Amino acid sequence: MAVLTYIQAVNQALREELERDEKVFILGEDVGQRGGVFLATDGLYEQFGEERVLDTPLAESAIAGVGIGAAMYGMKPVAEMQFADFIMPAINQIISEAARIRYRSNNDWNCPITIRAPYGAGVHGGLYHSQSIEAIFANQPGLKIVMPSSPYDAKGLLKSAIRDEDPVLFLEHKRAYRLLKEEVPEEDYTLPIGKAETKRSGEDVTVITYGLCVHFAKQAAEKLEQEGISTEILDLRTVYPLDQQAIIEAASKTGKVLLVTEDNKEGSILGEVAAIISEHCLYDLDAPVKRLAGPDTPATPFAAPLEKAFLVNADKIEQAIRELAEF
Amino acid sequence: MAVQRIKMPQLGESVTEGTISTWLVKAGDKVEKYDPIAEVMTDKVNAEVPSSFSGTITELVAVEGETIEVGQLMCYIEVEGLAAEPAVEQQAASETNVTAPEGAADMKKRYSPVVMRLAQEHQVDLNKVNGTGKGGRITRKDIEAYIAKGQSEAKPVSEPVSASETSHSEPAEAEEFTPPIIRRRQVKVNPGDREIPVTGLRKTIAQNMVRSKTEIPHAWMMIEVDVTNLVAYRNAEKDSFRENEGYNLSYFAFFLNAVAKALKKFPELNSCWAGDKIIQRNDINLSIAVAHEHELYVPVIKNVDEKSIKGIAKEIAQLSKKARTNSLTQEDMEGGTFTVNNTGSFGSVESMGVINYPQAAILQVESIVKRPVIIDDMFAARDMVNLCLSLDHRVLDGVICGAFMSHVKAILENISSDTTPIY
Repeated sequence: MAVLTYIQAVNQALREELERDEKVFILGEDVGQRGGVFLATDGLYEQFGEERVLDTPLAESAIAGVGIGAAMYGMKPVAEMQFADFIMPAINQIISEAARIRYRSNNDWNCPITIRAPYGAGVHGGLYHSQSIEAIFANQPGLKIVMPSSPYDAKGLLKSAIRDEDPVLFLEHKRAYRLLKEEVPEEDYTLPIGKAETKRSGEDVTVITYGLCVHFAKQAAEKLEQEGISTEILDLRTVYPLDQQAIIEAASKTGKVLLVTEDNKEGSILGEVAAIISEHCLYDLDAPVKRLAGPDTPATPFAAPLEKAFLVNADKIEQAIRELAEF
Repeated sequence: MAVQRIKMPQLGESVTEGTISTWLVKAGDKVEKYDPIAEVMTDKVNAEVPSSFSGTITELVAVEGETIEVGQLMCYIEVEGLAAEPAVEQQAASETNVTAPEGAADMKKRYSPVVMRLAQEHQVDLNKVNGTGKGGRITRKDIEAYIAKGQSEAKPVSEPVSASETSHSEPAEAEEFTPPIIRRRQVKVNPGDREIPVTGLRKTIAQNMVRSKTEIPHAWMMIEVDVTNLVAYRNAEKDSFRENEGYNLSYFAFFLNAVAKALKKFPELNSCWAGDKIIQRNDINLSIAVAHEHELYVPVIKNVDEKSIKGIAKEIAQLSKKARTNSLTQEDMEGGTFTVNNTGSFGSVESMGVINYPQAAILQVESIVKRPVIIDDMFAARDMVNLCLSLDHRVLDGVICGAFMSHVKAILENISSDTTPIY
């Protein structure tokens, strides 16, 4: 088994799906000859040609719109938003068309599009290259939002997203692309969308998070283990719709829950997770449900010290877990 | 309607099982919460098991004569309305010896939902759980550990009250008495109230008192004694005595002397109840109650019948001093066979003593008060004292105690330098 980076795992999933199903095609800015700004589509243009790896104009509404139209006609498009921050012009296409079409047409039509977008901060990207956008889409029935936390998950979930019969927003943390490496099987495998996964089993505090924060939570948990604090980590993997059962089980297990996201605190995915816990787990709670998130400022600041202050990291998670453990 | 289980309660700290001697209900009977449903015999106590719920008994699972473990199902009861109320109050729970950390007061009583739920499900008295969380808060893990400990610590016991037991002041853990049914309600703490933890000696006193009052059927009598002669005799001697000996010639020494003489004549009172027999003591060792600050000590003067007034007065002085300086030893407290309590020292003229377990009686010596008394149809000013006796009615009856008290009275009323030399 080869050790792959997160971006290599994404690339491998795309290549294998293009090979497996000729209805699969890729479209986006600089995805062709250039291979994508992060090299997610590196080598695919050469292997599959310009009809299956399409460079598009700099117009996100068109990328989404073309993809949605093709999907409704039976194709399996993988549309790339160069940065998640740029998805805003495509929101009308994604929410009003892709997410609604199955319901609106009473099952006559569906829209099996996958929209990939790199999100997140920590790479000194400033306002337009750092945002977390999942909460904007996370109350649109018909849409699924998948946010893998590791190379292995990225490959398996991207394959599932491409094969899914409905639109999937596939958000990849851009800092994870080259930070995270692990062994990824070369053979074909998929992971279920809509299912959270326990990444670490523990007794004292439950951390529920997703995306790159899972990595930071693992680092914090390893350190705290030496102090005798045992941490359960649940990776949501799919942030919409949420895996309620897994959340309830993880929260009930320890009764002390820390929710972590890189996104702004108010209105984030965490609020919904906290609501599920409060609806179902009252009699299992041993402490107030805590949220660790970015401050409520419009976006990640450009200045390095401010960016560092804004972002969740392993130290902040460690401190928050310790406080809950001691409560 | 919900069917609930009634389980064998914990009827004592180390009791692990109980035998159902009699069912007091049958299937179909309606019972109120706390109504007795069965008589249960354990190796420590015989007790009635109260119902944990109000409702209708649907099925008796355990049969009469069957021995079942604590926590095992006894019967089913159909309860009206919502889920069962917590039955925390009636549980005779085991104790933890751990004490809360310093500054624990602020969060100790803030219970999280999971802690409340576990306490209800496992009938845990949260006052007994040690909190390791912030500000002494009881965490989920604390209560889980407490519950796990309670289950694993169930160990077999057999310790009937030893017939050779000689003293009330055995170490508490040797034979900790737990009343069969505790229905202690939560007492509300009002703002400004001070909470004083019950520990150490206060706890032992409380346990001994509960044991005595729960187990011993107390009866009570009082006689009046004219101690005018005693007062005159003692007043005549006290100054020179103090000068020669360096300690006081107290009235109490004369009373102890009189009681010891009377016990020699009526050994029935110098005894204790031992279940299947009554043990009459050979030695006359008098326990005397000595209060110091907030504490009550009961040291013992041994073989009082062999000692002179001076010898008794000397020991009273020594033991009182030891109590004041907290230097009483276990040995000083052991071996008492009868208790004399000097309640008069704080002005009482009448009181009902609680018997010093496992003794059979306690005598309260009240204040000596000058009162008008009719002698030969004439008023006379006399020094009078009341003597109050509490007796274990299993061991003693009114006739024998009356005779004993009359004898004490006769001795005291005839005290003089001839009958009772100080040396």
